[in-house]
Amino acid sequence: MDAFTTLTGVAAPLPMANVDTDKIIPARFLKTIKRTGLGKNLFDGLRYRPDGTENPDFVLNQEPYRKAEILIAHENFGCGSSREHAPWALLDFGIRCVIAPDFADIFHNNCFKNGILPVRLPREVCDALMEDARMGANARISIDLERQVVIRPNGEEIRFEVDPLRKHLLLNGLDDIGQTMAHAPQIDAYEAKRASERPWMPTIAVA
Amino acid sequence: MSGGKPRTLFDKIWDSHVVERLPDGTCILYIDRHLVHEVTSPQAFEGLRMARRQVRRPDATIAVADHNVPTSDRSQGIAEEESRIQVETLEKNVADFGVPYFPVADDRQGIVHIIGPEQGISLPGMTIVCGDSHTSTHGAMGALAFGIGTSEVEHVLATQTLLQKPAKNMRITVNGTMPFGTSAKDMVLAIIGRIGTAGGTGHVIEYAGEAVRALDMAGRMTVCNMSIEGGARAGLIAPDQTTFDYIKGRPYAPQGEDFDRAVAWWRTLPADPGAHYDTEIALDAAQIAPMVSWGTSPEDVLPITAAVPDPAELEDETRRAQVQRMLDYMGLQPRQKLTEVKVDVVFVGSCTNGRIEDLRAVASVAKGRKVAEGVRALVVPGSGIVKKQAEAEGIDRILLEAGFEWREPGCSMCLGMNPDKLTPGQRSASTSNRNFEGRQGPGGRTHLVSPAMAAAAAITGRLADVRELV
Repeated sequence: MDAFTTLTGVAAPLPMANVDTDKIIPARFLKTIKRTGLGKNLFDGLRYRPDGTENPDFVLNQEPYRKAEILIAHENFGCGSSREHAPWALLDFGIRCVIAPDFADIFHNNCFKNGILPVRLPREVCDALMEDARMGANARISIDLERQVVIRPNGEEIRFEVDPLRKHLLLNGLDDIGQTMAHAPQIDAYEAKRASERPWMPTIAVA
Repeated sequence: MSGGKPRTLFDKIWDSHVVERLPDGTCILYIDRHLVHEVTSPQAFEGLRMARRQVRRPDATIAVADHNVPTSDRSQGIAEEESRIQVETLEKNVADFGVPYFPVADDRQGIVHIIGPEQGISLPGMTIVCGDSHTSTHGAMGALAFGIGTSEVEHVLATQTLLQKPAKNMRITVNGTMPFGTSAKDMVLAIIGRIGTAGGTGHVIEYAGEAVRALDMAGRMTVCNMSIEGGARAGLIAPDQTTFDYIKGRPYAPQGEDFDRAVAWWRTLPADPGAHYDTEIALDAAQIAPMVSWGTSPEDVLPITAAVPDPAELEDETRRAQVQRMLDYMGLQPRQKLTEVKVDVVFVGSCTNGRIEDLRAVASVAKGRKVAEGVRALVVPGSGIVKKQAEAEGIDRILLEAGFEWREPGCSMCLGMNPDKLTPGQRSASTSNRNFEGRQGPGGRTHLVSPAMAAAAAITGRLADVRELV
């Protein structure tokens, strides 16, 4: 996973609530066995017309948003399925940060595992940033994770909250499996305790 | 432990699975059961290989292919190349890492959330995860069950744990008795209509009350299944005699004296009197009617007797635009009566409503009747075991005579990863869980309903009130 420290880039306005994971990446594109290559089908149903040509009305088909690294949306972003293909598709397109009033839990979690920073800010702040984003390349937005601020094009700094452990992992691009494996003795001890307290717990084997 | 403070069912399961509490409050949470399927696991196994890691507890893991499998004749294998590769990749991964697996040709194959309870793999008090958001289904057993992403699948494979912070407790109490013609599906659609698709965000929902207690295990699974549509990662129902009777004798459940010891522990799980819930919601079962979704979010539901909303009557500008967009997508007119909406396809199946009880409900409406002309009606059992049971009861013959298609088990048209999908503009009455744009196929229009309501739609060729048919 790539570390996330600071980011300055074009932000795409997506003024929609309840952007679900089927909208982000429809199920028919989940047949890959890789994490990469999903960017071309990001927001497929919105981005392309039924004949496969680009829908010029969709923001990511417009300049300068084709190179957007930040996405600004409305409530409940990422609701629906647990598919990590959703953040993979965003990342493959080039999005490293999504700003919204709130996020669905699983999607929120999946972002952190892939070097994408989801930023929760109140709706009125998102609306102000949405207006900034509509100014396109003239209005680059910055995110400083260490200082936990979003910097508007006019220089105003907006503080956001982030879980300290997730921040640490993201800032350093750390694999949390390695971190957990350092606690293997505790996991061993838990398993031994469980075996004595709940000895009836069955194991699975397929005959 | 909490030193005598009254605890909820969720609190108790959580406390009994904490391996270690890290300084910032994040917990290393032990996972009792890990269910694996072909779509969200290939990248996780690849990650293990690259890091030269093993699966820590193959004996707590079960794999099955469900999302991609065809539901027609399987003797020729999977025709679609990408789907075939994904299933073959799963087969290679389970062989390489020694993970138990129900092969596609095995009767025990089926939708991962159907087979966990069916096989006695999912048990009360457990932590259960799967790379699929409908893992909440297993909460019906009185387990803490939730969906995870592929990075977390890899984390569980490698460590049998997850890094988690405790969720908030929400209790939804459904008082009274469910009326004639309604089912667990109507109950959960009514709940989502009430709380909204983000209503449960950050929470685990415990369903309680007389109407919930009265549900059989299939109904409880339907309710818990759609917790995620209300924004909650997990939904659960306290285990009781209904739960224990369901589990007894299942292949992977504790047997004999072990079963009795397990029940003794399971009986300690329900919430203590006075346990604290961060959010409380109450519904009156008597007010619940057969429900149908009209929009492209599961919160957009109405009783079948209602009419499509009129955006012009909405004050909030954002909502007005949203409703207009939904009506445009769905091809509906403002104030159109829901019972006047014609359907092209009826889909019965999915982890929400693919159990034997669901198929019985469809058969009881369809018996002696015919599917309306021009309607394609598919019935996809949730597992090979469900299919066999239905065939033993003659349900397949009732449905085939009525003009339904009788298929092989899998996720099928719930999400259209296999060949079963809607074509653009086609309208379905579906027993599945999501009516998102394009969910059942690009341009497809989904109306979520109960199994009995799906049968009524198949017979009449439109969204119909099943109470007029039974």
